[in-house]
This record gives sequence, structure tokens and C-alpha cells, in this order.
Amino acid sequence: MSIQLRGVRKSFGEKEVLRGFTLTVEDGETSAIVGPSGCGKSVLLKHLVGLLRPDAGTVFVDGQSVPDLTRKELVRLRRRIGYVFQFAALFDSMTVAANVGMGLRRLPGWDRRRIESRVAECLELVDLDRLGDRYPAQLSGGQRKRAGLARAIAASPKYLLYDEPTTGLDPVTTAVIDRLVLRMRDELGVTALVVTHDMTSAFRVADRITLLHRGRARFTGAPSEVRSAEDDVLRGFVDGDPARYYGIDQSVDGVRGQEGQDDGA
Amino acid sequence: MVLFPVTDHVLRPFAASGRRTLAALGSVGRAWALFAGSFRALGDLRVWGPMLLPQMARIGVASVPIALFIATFTGIVMSLQASYTLTGTIPLYFVGTLVGKTMILELGPALTGLTLAGRVGANISAEIGTMRVTEQVDALETLAYNPLAYLVVPRVLAGLVMFPFVVLLAIAVGIASGWITALELLDMSSAEFIKGLRLFFAPWDVWFAVIKSVSFGAVVTGVGCFCGLQTEQGAEGVGRSATRTVVISSMLILCLDAFWAATLL
Repeated sequence: MSIQLRGVRKSFGEKEVLRGFTLTVEDGETSAIVGPSGCGKSVLLKHLVGLLRPDAGTVFVDGQSVPDLTRKELVRLRRRIGYVFQFAALFDSMTVAANVGMGLRRLPGWDRRRIESRVAECLELVDLDRLGDRYPAQLSGGQRKRAGLARAIAASPKYLLYDEPTTGLDPVTTAVIDRLVLRMRDELGVTALVVTHDMTSAFRVADRITLLHRGRARFTGAPSEVRSAEDDVLRGFVDGDPARYYGIDQSVDGVRGQEGQDDGA
Repeated sequence: MVLFPVTDHVLRPFAASGRRTLAALGSVGRAWALFAGSFRALGDLRVWGPMLLPQMARIGVASVPIALFIATFTGIVMSLQASYTLTGTIPLYFVGTLVGKTMILELGPALTGLTLAGRVGANISAEIGTMRVTEQVDALETLAYNPLAYLVVPRVLAGLVMFPFVVLLAIAVGIASGWITALELLDMSSAEFIKGLRLFFAPWDVWFAVIKSVSFGAVVTGVGCFCGLQTEQGAEGVGRSATRTVVISSMLILCLDAFWAATLL
């Protein structure tokens, strides 16, 4: 198995965001973690690339325990992982092409010509081939996400981590991004983990879906299993029913009182 | 019977001072980690090397106009106030002595240092802080870059190299403006001004100014990078980091100013 989290706990101050989260993603699989905004999905992703260390539990990627890696080993692992950030995290001072080529410049044996050719290839893959010389500020939200995706796939990673790839996008652009996620799986054969609160998107791209609820994996299953599951919390989230999700009365005050329970980072 | 009931009210001030002490110790620890990490990152020449010249231009060359503006008016005021103080008691050529000695030993380095704490320190802090809150620093890490090699090392090195040049230029311009003021407004001759200028001149004074300005360069750029990397909570956090940079580096500049005067003169 390529990604494995066991009993991961993480707190920020007194706030416990992950309370023993467990998940396995098999090779070549696209898995989605769903949950409301602020429930700790992004925190989870950051553990996989060593940006955060768990307080307890184990995090294995590609057979290596991420928290135990030395800086050099971590750098080598990160070269096998592409990370698509929620708001793209493009470097403002660089053109789109320079952003995409940024990771390639760190790879041994990559000269300028080879980098330029790979950058062009990646930009074409995400349909941004004519926008390479633009700056991030000149792009729309969808274009920025696609540029972030091009940067993440540039070094031909074995794993792709998507942090809310469709947040803030219109339904058409969301469908375009979802299609790209599927294309990455089919054409590049990557193992992918997508965190999202967009159920339409999760149903479209994922082989398996996990609901993150109060720091733990509440439910894991194929999209068809998620559709037919009876679990109240899962149904509440999928159907957008706060009363069912929080298990309380339908009043606005009642819902508001429960929302803090899910706050992550 | 409990004579001294320990209530929350009694314990609160102790808890608050304990939290503040822990936070201060935490900051010292993080500053040390930044220093040690940046020192290790010096070996990553391929990353910071290409960034050094652009940073030298941004930190040094771009600071010249404001530094010279301040030095020009400081020289004028020094010359006029020296003449006001000395007239009727001490020979007027001491105006040259006073202008030269104070510009080289104190006003050139200290005023330029304080000005650059605002201009350079706040700029570095806001830039890195924005990168932090928009996840660009995390993106650097996932692309296998060491953020200390990419962001901190070139800025601190540029500060160490360029601050002395800006300070020496400011000293020269300050003395020149004092000289012109003496000629035009105080009816002194060039010979008199130069006689005063040379009276107590020691080449060591210039080295003293250089040593001070190198230390100011390290403080301003180092504090700017540190506060920038510690930034949290969006635009408000970026503003807070910039303010903190200016306040902390100004205080450290004044402390160092006194330290060098006590140890080197």
C-alpha cells in the first residue's frame, strides 16, 4: 500500500484536530477525504509531505515513515509527491512557466532546454499552453488551480495530493478540474488523495471516499456505498442536512452550537 | 479551615506571566533554530546563489535614495547646530570636527540603520509573511526547496554586504552637505572646515562604522525574515509582522549601538 495513516493525532494548542485518524490508499487509487470546512482535511495532507508532524500515530508514504525521515530523505520523498494547494500557492513574482519549472530546477540532470520542454508539455496538459508568460495575478481562479496542477505534475510524481482543488470555482470549471484529476490518474497512473467538501466532485473523481468527522474516519467506501449508506452523519453531510449531520434539532441556534465541534485548522 | 483559598482569580496573573515567559522562550528557541538552519543552508549555494545579486539590488541599491536624503539633511542640521553651539566660545573650524566625528561614529550608521529597519525590514517581513499565509513557503518545501536557503540566506547575506556601503555613502554625503552648509550659510572657508574635519580623524572610526553597519544589516534582515516566517492569520498577521520587525530591529540596533560603543571605543 502506498499511503497509510494509522491512529494519527494532531492538536494545535488545546484544539485537537485529528483524534486517531486511520486511512489506507492503495497504489493507483484516487481516494477522497470529505468533510466540512475546517475539519482538519488540509492538516491531514500536510502530514503526508512532512509539513506537519503527528503528535501520535504513524504516517507512511511509499513505505517510509514520514515523521522519521531525515531532511535529505524527506527531500527525496517530496520529489515523488505533487501537491496541489487550495489557492494554488503560485509564486507571485514568477510567470506561470517559471512556477511550473520551479521544482524541475532542483532535479539533477535537468538543463534549461529539458525544463522548457517539460513545462510546455505540462501547460498543454492543463490547457494553459498560451498563458505561460503570464503572472499569477493575471489568471482567473480556475486557471490558477490548473497552473498549480501543472506545477505539481511537472516532476512526474508517483503521488498527487489535492487540497480542495475545486473550492471557489463555478460548476463548469469544477468539472474541468475534475476531468483533469481523472486524466492524471489515467494518463500518468498516479496515486491520488483529494481532500474536498464538494461531494459532486468527490463522486466524480474518487475510487473511494472517506468522511472525516471529529478527527476520525467516520465512513470509508466506494462512491456507490456512500450513496446507499444509512449512517446518519454521512447522510447529513452528503445531503447537506445539518440537523442529521450534527444529530440535533433543526434550529439555526442548535446548528450553530454544534459547528465548533468540527473546527480544525 | 482554608486560610488562603487558591482561586482562579489569584492564579490568573501567574498563569498569564507563565504563558508570556513560555512564549518568549519559544521565540528565542525558534530564532536560534532559524539561525542554525540558515547557517546549514549556506551549503545550498545552487539555491541562494542566483538570488543574491537581485537581493543586493533590492536591499542596498534601492535604499540609497532615502539614506542619502536623510544624510543630506542631517549634515545640514549638524553644521548649523554646531555653529550655534560653538560661536563665541570655540573656534568655528570645530564645526568640521563635530560634523565629521558624529556622522562617522554615530549618526551615519544609526540613522541609516533605523531608516533601513523601516524600509528593508518591513519589506522583507511583509513579503515573506505574505508567502507564508498564502502557502507559498509550504509550496517551496513541497518542491524540495529549503525555504531558509531560498528566502533567508540571500537576504541576510545581501544585508551584511550592502548595509556598510549604504552607510559609508550616507556618511560621505552627510559630511559633504555639512561642508556646503558651512561654506554657504556660516561664512566658513573650505580650508577651515577641512582643518576641523582632519583634527581628530582616525581611520579606525571608519572601521567602527563598518562593523556597526554590518551588525545592523544582520539584525534588520534577520529579524525581517524571522517575523515573516512566523506570520499567521492573513493580512492582519502580515501587518503585525511588519510592525514587529520595525520595533524589534530598531530596539536591537540601539542596543547594538551602545554595545559597540562600550566595547570598541
